[in-house]
Amino acid sequence: MRVNLTVNGRPQQADDVWEGESLLYVLRERLGLPGSKNACEQGECGSCTVRLDGVPVCSCLVAAGQAEGRDVVTVEGLAVHAEQRAAGACGTGTCGTGLDEARRWQALPPPAEGAPAAQPGQPVALAPIQQAFIDAGAVQCGFCTPGLLVAADELLERNADPSDADIREALSGNLCRCTGYEKILDAVRLAAARAQAATAGQGA
Amino acid sequence: MHTTDTTTARDTTTARDTTVTRAPGPAPAGLTQNSAVRGGIGESTLRPDGTLKVTGEFAYASDLWHEDMLWGFTLRSPHAHARITSVDVSEALRTPGVYAVMTHDDLPAATRYGLEFTDTPVLADGVVRYHGEPVALVAADHPETARRAAARIHVDYDPLPLVVDEATALADDAPVLHPDRDDHHAPYVPHPNMVHRQPIKRGDVAAAEALADVVVSGEYEVGMQDQAFLGPESGLAVPAEDGGVDLYIATQWLHADLRQIAPVLGLPEDKVRMTLSGVGGAFGGREDLSMQAHACLLALRTGKPVKIVYNRFESFFGHVHRHPAKLWYEHGATRDGRLVHLKARIVLDGGAYASSSAAVVGNAASLSVGPYAVDNVDVEAVALYTNNPPCGAMRGFGAVQACFAYEAQMDKVAAELGMDPVEFRQLNAMTQGTAMPTGQVVDSPAPVAELLRRVKAMPMPPARQWESAGEGADIRALPGGLSNTTHGEGVVRGVGYAVGIKNVGFSEGFDDYSTARVRLESVGGEPVATVHTAMAEVGQGGVTVHAQIARTELGVTQVTIHPADTRVGSAGSTSASRQTYVTGGAVKNSCEAVRERVLEMGRRKFGSHHPAWATAELRLEGGKVVTDGGEALAGLADVLEDEAIDIELEWRHRPTQALDRQTGQGFGHVQYSFAAHRAVVEVDTELGLVKVIELACAQDVGKALNPLSVIGQIQGGTTQGLGLAVMEEIVVAEDGRVRNPSFTDYLIPTILDTPSIPVDVLELADDNAPYGLRGVGEAPTLSSTPAVVAAVRDATGLALSRVPVRPEHITGT
Repeated sequence: MRVNLTVNGRPQQADDVWEGESLLYVLRERLGLPGSKNACEQGECGSCTVRLDGVPVCSCLVAAGQAEGRDVVTVEGLAVHAEQRAAGACGTGTCGTGLDEARRWQALPPPAEGAPAAQPGQPVALAPIQQAFIDAGAVQCGFCTPGLLVAADELLERNADPSDADIREALSGNLCRCTGYEKILDAVRLAAARAQAATAGQGA
Repeated sequence: MHTTDTTTARDTTTARDTTVTRAPGPAPAGLTQNSAVRGGIGESTLRPDGTLKVTGEFAYASDLWHEDMLWGFTLRSPHAHARITSVDVSEALRTPGVYAVMTHDDLPAATRYGLEFTDTPVLADGVVRYHGEPVALVAADHPETARRAAARIHVDYDPLPLVVDEATALADDAPVLHPDRDDHHAPYVPHPNMVHRQPIKRGDVAAAEALADVVVSGEYEVGMQDQAFLGPESGLAVPAEDGGVDLYIATQWLHADLRQIAPVLGLPEDKVRMTLSGVGGAFGGREDLSMQAHACLLALRTGKPVKIVYNRFESFFGHVHRHPAKLWYEHGATRDGRLVHLKARIVLDGGAYASSSAAVVGNAASLSVGPYAVDNVDVEAVALYTNNPPCGAMRGFGAVQACFAYEAQMDKVAAELGMDPVEFRQLNAMTQGTAMPTGQVVDSPAPVAELLRRVKAMPMPPARQWESAGEGADIRALPGGLSNTTHGEGVVRGVGYAVGIKNVGFSEGFDDYSTARVRLESVGGEPVATVHTAMAEVGQGGVTVHAQIARTELGVTQVTIHPADTRVGSAGSTSASRQTYVTGGAVKNSCEAVRERVLEMGRRKFGSHHPAWATAELRLEGGKVVTDGGEALAGLADVLEDEAIDIELEWRHRPTQALDRQTGQGFGHVQYSFAAHRAVVEVDTELGLVKVIELACAQDVGKALNPLSVIGQIQGGTTQGLGLAVMEEIVVAEDGRVRNPSFTDYLIPTILDTPSIPVDVLELADDNAPYGLRGVGEAPTLSSTPAVVAAVRDATGLALSRVPVRPEHITGT
């Protein structure tokens, strides 16, 4: 079958999709986006977490056909997603993703032609949560990282000042085997603090 | 993938006069006062692969793709022990999209492999010896096609009697699982189903026992833990025009894989070229081959690239696990609290194939006493062949099982004597100069008592926060967490302590070397170093540390880490807490050789410009040659010009000795590492739910080359120990079948299960080791488990002699 979906703001079309394929398989093997990871393919580890119409989901548990006509954000699109949110697409900074909102959710259009893109050797634009994971030492083997980033970014989108218990609850579906989670907590706290400092700096 | 790690160095720019004399060449120019390069050892520099890992661009082995690529799949045995009476692959072969099906009969060369014993069939050879043993391979154009074709391979099995424990393994009439053993331990074991036996005998136990005022014994059991690395076993084999194969693979030791794969393919080692792909964790589970040989066989058979990626279900069958163990311990002590003797027996279930069982036995035996001074010791450790899943390396490697038992014993003896358990441990703690039960005198710091003091001195987390915190109370911090199963009723607190000892590096006379190739050249007027090793970066941060070492030794800012492959000599395994010590040592050693070459070149070119070239102690710092007084003599770029220095050297730590087969005496280990934990738990005694509130750790790391990474290792290791304490176990049924091969049924700690882990890092240099460092990765995995269980005992008053502790062990239901 053919599946049409929007991934990271770009319309995508996957052909010859077998009905049993997951959204994760289509992203990784058909659309050249292997950033979402295949650690359990049972919906238990969260490594494949993506935003589906804004809602964080395990893409391994979403049948490819269920993604027809819908908007997907993966770790590869997280920096652009965060940048567009900062630019006002989600002006309140606390735009949660309730069901009603999720149903209305639309991906933003891709960057205009000619917009500067990251070049090899140039500093890569990262989402604040991505930078915080690097700075806090939250990355070891890194296999859980893409899913955790998508989940943590979504947490900070709806809760700019999460308590530790909030962070633990939001990330409880994402397994990490290397870090013992302490540095991951540090990273989310760091991203939240930086965002608050930036907001305070703007006098908001 | 090259990762270039650049830390900006800001040189002070004070101009300095240089004395110019007439000389054969031009004088060095543009010198400034020296300043050290940033990003050297001791700093928490950031990972060179961090950006790739957070953007999703880092290429893990399961992410690889090749034009015309096929997918491989492995058919595995549903039986733990059975004879294969027939195999029919015709229906599978007829499946559209299938390119090849292979069984044992299709193997081109060697049919067995193994890390230490060559006892593991590439594909089952008429008998299967464990549930999940590979029987046949399929290559197809879609992974689901391969899976479905494998289901169409018809295999008839005739079940055989099972060997499942010590009684069934060592019975006189037990089925002998490997009747043709020719390994180096075979002549010395009392039964062919015993892989290896290592006694440790020291002092006079009988005489000591007579002097003991109290004698305390106990039986303990450790369940089968899984490494549960998140990146599944995977790799891509690409057939080459020369008849060889290129394998891109996630592993812990490229060269050990190569040594085992090449004979299976019937190829010389230089026709099997291996490159490390991104590795999603390892923890010992990638020491043995999994799909490596299988993917290469299918690629050579079909002439097409073949990728194999296990899913989580298959991963539970695709690698060895931590040995489950039964341990019997007896300690004697005087009334004033001195340990006088230890008798112990440790039985490790090695499963169907040997893997690294023999080395695990050596560790369990030689570390069985723990970090205590005990003069009279009589210990025996053995590993068995059974029809259970094969067991081998996992973080802690034999020391984890022993630590659970001896630490439970320490609490028991202290209680018997009416002593404080921490003071009792401190009274008997080993120190630098203590003789191990192997007779090896520990010749570097062993701050066991101090580590205990430090964890005990840490502030306690507030008690009964659900009452004391008022508004801030959070139900999610209670046992049961998000399940909201208690508001504090039935919840009791406990505190437990433990300390452990782990060896660093490969032991018992193993030639445990590493190799580093270091290149220094000037690129666009900037000196750039390239470090090339075969070290498997599995997440531990070795690549970060290698760049730090190169900056420190060569005084350059820019260091490129070359991809790990077999075009450079072996780095040994990313195991045994050894890589920073051994491959770090190799990088340091090669950098030193490069530095000597630079100084030779500098003396040749500029020696006549400044007397310091001949007289002073010279260093490389800030991109320059400088005197030990900090005076800059020449820029590295000017010394090098268009010449590159490129040196590959092997490096060895001091040798170890095999342990005596009868007494276990010998200089068996390179180095020891120590960690202590204090666990604070709250237990819902009605439901048997344990919430670990805090798990504080103190560890001596000798020298923290990268403090951020060191703390990450300690917290990660601590959490794996927590998992073993209260949740992680592969359950094997009476029929030898694995019951819980999924993350639904095999639970590892989530962020909700994991407490705050404050870490106190001690740095007491080991003068034998590079920079004084001590291997970090494993020690925190040891003491974490017994500390948590001690805390649960403290809370509940239960004896709890088995891990993982399950709710029913607490409720008694």
